[in-house]
Amino acid sequence: MADLNQALQAPPEPTKKDFMSDQEVRWCPGCGDYSILAQMQKIMPELGIPREKIVFFSGIGCSSRFPYYMNTYGFHTIHGRAPAVATGLRCARPDLSVWVVTGDGDGLSIGGNHLMHALRRNMDITILLFNNRIYGLTKGQASPTSELGKITKSSPYGTIEHPIDPVSFALSSEATFVARTLANEPKHLAEILKRAAAHRGSSFVEILQNCNIFNDGAFVHFAGKDVRADRMLYLEHGKPMVFGANNDKGLTLDCPTLKKIEVKTNADRERLLVHDETLDDPGLAYSLSRLTYPDYPVSVGVFRYVIKPTYSGMLSEQINDAIARKGRGTLHDLLNSGKHWTIKADGSQARG
Amino acid sequence: MTAETAAKDKPTELVDRATIRFAGDSGDGIQLSGNQFTLTTASVGNDLATLPDFPAEIRAPAGTLPGVSSFQISFSGSEVLTPGDEPDVLVAMNPAALKANLGELPHGRIIVVNEDAFEPGNLKKAGFHENPLENDDLKAYRVVKVPMTTVTAEALVDTKLSKKDVERCKNFFALGVVYWMYSRPLEPTLEWIGEKFAKKPEYVEANSLALKAGYNYALTTEIFSAHFTVRKAKLKPGVYRNVTGTEATVLGLLAAAEVAKTPLFYGSYPITPASDILHELAKYKHYNVKTFQAEDEISAVGSAIGASYGGHIGVTGTSGPGLSLKAEFIGLAVMVELPLVIVDVQRAGPSTGMPTKTEQGDLLQAFFGRHGESPVAVLAAASSADCFRMAYEAVRLATKYMTPVILLSDGYLTNGAEPWRIPNESELPPIQISHLADPDTYKPYERDCLTFARRWVVPGTPGMEHRVGGLETEDITGNVSYDPINHDLMVRMRQAKIMRIAADIPPVKVRGEEQGDLLVLGWGSTYGAITTAVDQLRAAGHKVSSAHLRYLNPFPRNLGEVLAGFKTILVPEINLGQLRLLLRGKFDGNFIGYNRVEGRPFKVHEIEDKIKELLR
Ligand code: SF4
Repeated sequence: MADLNQALQAPPEPTKKDFMSDQEVRWCPGCGDYSILAQMQKIMPELGIPREKIVFFSGIGCSSRFPYYMNTYGFHTIHGRAPAVATGLRCARPDLSVWVVTGDGDGLSIGGNHLMHALRRNMDITILLFNNRIYGLTKGQASPTSELGKITKSSPYGTIEHPIDPVSFALSSEATFVARTLANEPKHLAEILKRAAAHRGSSFVEILQNCNIFNDGAFVHFAGKDVRADRMLYLEHGKPMVFGANNDKGLTLDCPTLKKIEVKTNADRERLLVHDETLDDPGLAYSLSRLTYPDYPVSVGVFRYVIKPTYSGMLSEQINDAIARKGRGTLHDLLNSGKHWTIKADGSQARG
Repeated sequence: MTAETAAKDKPTELVDRATIRFAGDSGDGIQLSGNQFTLTTASVGNDLATLPDFPAEIRAPAGTLPGVSSFQISFSGSEVLTPGDEPDVLVAMNPAALKANLGELPHGRIIVVNEDAFEPGNLKKAGFHENPLENDDLKAYRVVKVPMTTVTAEALVDTKLSKKDVERCKNFFALGVVYWMYSRPLEPTLEWIGEKFAKKPEYVEANSLALKAGYNYALTTEIFSAHFTVRKAKLKPGVYRNVTGTEATVLGLLAAAEVAKTPLFYGSYPITPASDILHELAKYKHYNVKTFQAEDEISAVGSAIGASYGGHIGVTGTSGPGLSLKAEFIGLAVMVELPLVIVDVQRAGPSTGMPTKTEQGDLLQAFFGRHGESPVAVLAAASSADCFRMAYEAVRLATKYMTPVILLSDGYLTNGAEPWRIPNESELPPIQISHLADPDTYKPYERDCLTFARRWVVPGTPGMEHRVGGLETEDITGNVSYDPINHDLMVRMRQAKIMRIAADIPPVKVRGEEQGDLLVLGWGSTYGAITTAVDQLRAAGHKVSSAHLRYLNPFPRNLGEVLAGFKTILVPEINLGQLRLLLRGKFDGNFIGYNRVEGRPFKVHEIEDKIKELLR
């Protein structure tokens, strides 16, 4: 009877625990990935998507262990190629919520091509790029986001290559939702994850994530708790671009570049740029994505949020149109398509 | 006008088999003429096989040797399995076409040339110092000179077409000439012209006029004293249509999806000669087919795996270079044990090789072209029409055994055409797909005790959330595992699963005696040439048998037994002996290779000569 009563009750609201798998988490103690996992498991119940409708894909790298720790459907694919597999699933199954977890090596080096095309096709996929500016799993080689001159195991004399900025890359790849956040700022991270999940189209989130083993302190000079107010700009839609512990610094447009100004007077305030994430032209967002400390604040938040038709949406539309126009094809139609002729038992022949 | 009325005017000669090669500039509409001749020939009830051959360049300079395109068709009242060794008639639309094809034309055969094209500019481009129509160069042949350009222009004088458009109609004129030569009706092509140019009546008129003009020209002028008829073939009763290998592949995949009641997803990247599969499938949106032109070969296979993961039939198609790029992903599909069909339309390699030329060079790559112990099922179609059956089989086996299946086709099969007896729906083997939904008992790597396949559980199924991936997994649970004993077990399990397929495929059949001195064993597109050669030699009293492999991995279960019945086994292949190597690794026997790698199918007489040499 107790069982029956239980069965008749509405299923309990899912909680964070429902999204934790039984697998032991194996990142290094202190790794930034823990915080991302915790926030993801925390926001998942808030999305209102049944657990079985959620799929996490990953490639190879420290970040790519992520799916094993989520109690959803998960697929640990091969190096750099998760967006390709996610694309196939997205085309097949418009009913699912599809996520890709990648890193700076996985996503921008070996998998750069797939990342670019998943974004420009406006695939309805949420792609999270954990950027620690190093190869962690292979033990410390330079990555595409490592700064010029960085000394690593593979570059004992310093790297001689210029890094790429993930957000700039996503913007120029025509992603329709682009954001940057930090692993060590849980609230901001959770907010951005929720917005990325809600977006219909290609969502891209760069998450600055500290690798305390091979690249400790990669972001501390601007993202450290005591300095971030002065060295980071939190982009908010419709709000002026001010930063600083006392809101006394800001950004203005000094054609053709952005300019950092002191904000003291009302006149200063009027010169401030107001953030508009919905601009179709990604030019300003691109400029914002490239600002680096110490000359500028590093900007985080949503750079771009525009609505465009998605690939899977247009694919379904084309199929529905074709079926509406021609009728759903059947095996019988298929076998009888084309010009055919009949050979009768007596060997005589008839057309059609 | 019909062949019968015309037949009254000039004597006809009955021939058993005829082979015609159309050759001209790639802009001359040669492939179109060839295809029309094929459809008409099929419709009058001949059996046939075709061999289109085109340059890799889209538009090589007009009039040059690299720009020559050709189309060969062989047709008969008996079974036709190859497009013919050498043509009986060569239709050469310009000097370059003559030059490029003359070497393969035996003395005494007929050459029909467009005389008008033999002017100094074209002669020079083709490398002729003198006009071969005016000296003795061609005296060993029966040359029929037709001023095609001039007569076509005269016939079209009342149409409003530009000079250039009129000039273009000469391929229909040439086709009309050949239709008369082989007593074919004009109606199928007239109908086709009417449909094709429905929106441009002036083209319907002009092309129809050109076709009829060619026919009448041949009928009324003195250039031909007789024409030919070919008996109807005694084909098995049934409904037929003409198919290219590409069309048959597409129909096979679609039919399998319909029988399986599971949508088809095709991810592919453009590559010669496989792109036409993508083009063709993209037309079938009303069958709920999803086609995806990927950013590269890797993404093409990756997307197919993603679709399979979601419960679709994931298929990718490519040619050799693409198969190389897909290797790592195929390994992933082996590991996660998801269905995946990879169609490899082989072409001459390595590297870019000769993209438009055929070869059988990818057999070992299909078997072994991945790291680790990575077994997949390997199938090969034997003829253009057989692509239907083998594509269907690829889907059936991939979904039943939860495994990648590589289907080998090649440039010759995919572009060639032949009549295909359309199967009844009831003739198609069942394909049953069920996605398990029982959360209480589900273990991701628990296997079916017969097939050894794991269950196909798709995202969206409540209570069965689980993770899969490329890392080695623990037997039954599917958890990541580095346990050495478990790895050894899983490696053997994946291999054993593929071997289980042997019980699910037909045994190999021997044509001729089941024991003897010589068996000719082939695989893939050499079927036609081998079978024709062996049949002809047997008819002439030689003792030789043949057998053909459509299933390569695993081999049919009776193959060892069959091989043991013969003293010598001749293995002709368009590679340096890849099947032979596999056979030697598995069976005892005296395996002798016959290997030519010239970018073209075998000729029947080449195989006959080799057999005779071995029988001596
Ligand atoms: S190596 Fe770095 S990124 Fe990888 S788990 Fe350890 S701390 Fe995290």
